[in-house]
Amino acid sequence: MNDPVVAKRPAGSGAAGAERGVAAAPTASEAPIPPTPEAPVTTKAPHVRPGDRIFRGLATGSGVFIVVLIGAIGLFLILQAIPSLGLDNVNFLTSREWNTTDPTNLRFGILDLTLVTVVVALVALLIAMPIALGIALFLTQYAPRNLARPFAYVIDLLAAVPSIVFGLWGLFVLGPVLFPFSEWVIENLGWIPIFAKGNVNVQLGGTIFTAGIVVAVMILPIITAVSREVFERTPTMHVEGAIALGATKWEVVRTTVLPFGKAGYVSASMLGLGRALGETIAVAIILSTATSSFGWSLFDGGSTFASKIALAAPEFNDARSAGAYIAAGLVLFVLTFVVNAIARSIVAGHKEYE
Amino acid sequence: MSTNLADPQRLATPPTFQAVSLSRRIKNGIATGLVWGAFLIAIIPLVWVLYTVIQRGFPVILDGDWWQKSMSGLLARQQGGGAYHAIYGTLVQGLVCAVISVPIGIMIAIYLVEYGGRSKLSKATTFMVDILTGVPSIVAALFVYTVWITTFGLGRSAFAVSLALVLLMVPVIVRTTEEMLKIVPDELREASYALGIPKWKTIVKIVIPTALSGILTGIMLALARVMGETAPVLVLAAYAPFINYNLFDGPMASLPLMMVNERNNPTAAGFDRIWGAAITLVVLITLFNLLATVISRALAPKTK
Repeated sequence: MNDPVVAKRPAGSGAAGAERGVAAAPTASEAPIPPTPEAPVTTKAPHVRPGDRIFRGLATGSGVFIVVLIGAIGLFLILQAIPSLGLDNVNFLTSREWNTTDPTNLRFGILDLTLVTVVVALVALLIAMPIALGIALFLTQYAPRNLARPFAYVIDLLAAVPSIVFGLWGLFVLGPVLFPFSEWVIENLGWIPIFAKGNVNVQLGGTIFTAGIVVAVMILPIITAVSREVFERTPTMHVEGAIALGATKWEVVRTTVLPFGKAGYVSASMLGLGRALGETIAVAIILSTATSSFGWSLFDGGSTFASKIALAAPEFNDARSAGAYIAAGLVLFVLTFVVNAIARSIVAGHKEYE
Repeated sequence: MSTNLADPQRLATPPTFQAVSLSRRIKNGIATGLVWGAFLIAIIPLVWVLYTVIQRGFPVILDGDWWQKSMSGLLARQQGGGAYHAIYGTLVQGLVCAVISVPIGIMIAIYLVEYGGRSKLSKATTFMVDILTGVPSIVAALFVYTVWITTFGLGRSAFAVSLALVLLMVPVIVRTTEEMLKIVPDELREASYALGIPKWKTIVKIVIPTALSGILTGIMLALARVMGETAPVLVLAAYAPFINYNLFDGPMASLPLMMVNERNNPTAAGFDRIWGAAITLVVLITLFNLLATVISRALAPKTK
């Protein structure tokens, strides 16, 4: 009740302020002294201006909104996946089958999707991790000072290329180039299960191997950017100490930069893994869909969670069939959530990175 | 001197500066080579992709029709036509997304920097923004699908695509704005408070303008990013080979969707259109990136 009256005071100044002071005087019974221009100043501290309250409310509301939003994503996906999961005629987690064309007889399981998704992401990570480490070290320690920024910009450009363009490049350009190599590996190392002849035509290049390489290129920028940020924070004292002891450049890196930045690098790689797991359209374009199930070969085809959903999306017309894909999307959401949360908690545990 | 080298143990103390041993020099050399190599390897795909796109797409976009016509009335194997409809769709979906995302993103950043402090909500918000950064675009699209299409019963439309893009754009804007607000010197805020300016006015008139160039750069980069997203348009919009100005109804083309669609077209005309759309998309994204650089130069706070 008091607020509006008090709130007006500081807004006024000079004569207007004095006038309002008079008007407010009866309510301020503990102030018998005649109102002076100083009076508003003494009552100023405890009140909050309406503008402030509204603005604070908006800002806080936006903060709450984002928290609610993540909850809503999980909630809506769960709610719409449950009915279809109930109608599923095979085990959702352990079946390799995926047939949703007949909504009255849904048969879908995610085992194959999970395996292909994880294998593509791991191939990508295995290729990207050492290269990203090298680039991050290059940009922070080795590159000439005046060139480090433009070089970093070039790497960031990789992130600016749309994933569909990477996908088209992978299918039409990289796939055919890789074919002789893939063929040689299959012929000579085919007795090792992961190099065995896969379930798709290698000549078309739509293998996990091709997809893994393209996804590796796509996650390079994020791993590099995060690692770089951490490596840059290596305490100068450590570096100078190592130099003073006569360390070579590599020894400086090995004894100061790497131990300091190790956790950050691992976290960056986890972020990259999260991206690789969720990479959609590039994988959807490159990977040939296979009729038989995944056989642990790099030259297999198949579908990842994301590519399966993307390829089927235009034909979502029955809620029950769509629910099957939403269930797959939910699993992907949980997977990336966990991976990202681990990545963040690693960094959060290291106060020196702040 | 020569006796010393021949029999160093006769020295009371070893010489202060010793030459770096061969094995250490070799290791150092190998490391340097590997690190440079890693950088060069990363350049290969970038140059290769850009070369492919330019070599195959450039002749297509040289045709004036490309920028002024749609695919309306053309058979799949017929040459000609343009990407006007798709360019319109990409730009409009991106801009609508920006109109929604920018206020939300900036307000979240203001909350985190100016109001949140170390409160629980602030930590939760930071964490959730991080998680949202990692949400795959296909999941964002599915979420909007479950809300917009199955729950509210509305049809597929360009606006639904924009909503999905909002989920991808907001975290990027929050991150960049937050970084920019953090580096605004506290002296500016304190000087404003000392003059009796309310906190919200201080933020709107002092803090934001100071950080404006960085914030706008972030918005431009975020916009460039979402324009290339394919998964949301695939799930939430249908392709139309003609122009559709209506955001809320009917199929609307966009450059990524045009590429996906023309991929089912095995003729030479389809092949040209794929790469034409690809280079157009890359050009648009490059333009927005350049715009970001120009804005940050032009609006950078005066240092003198």
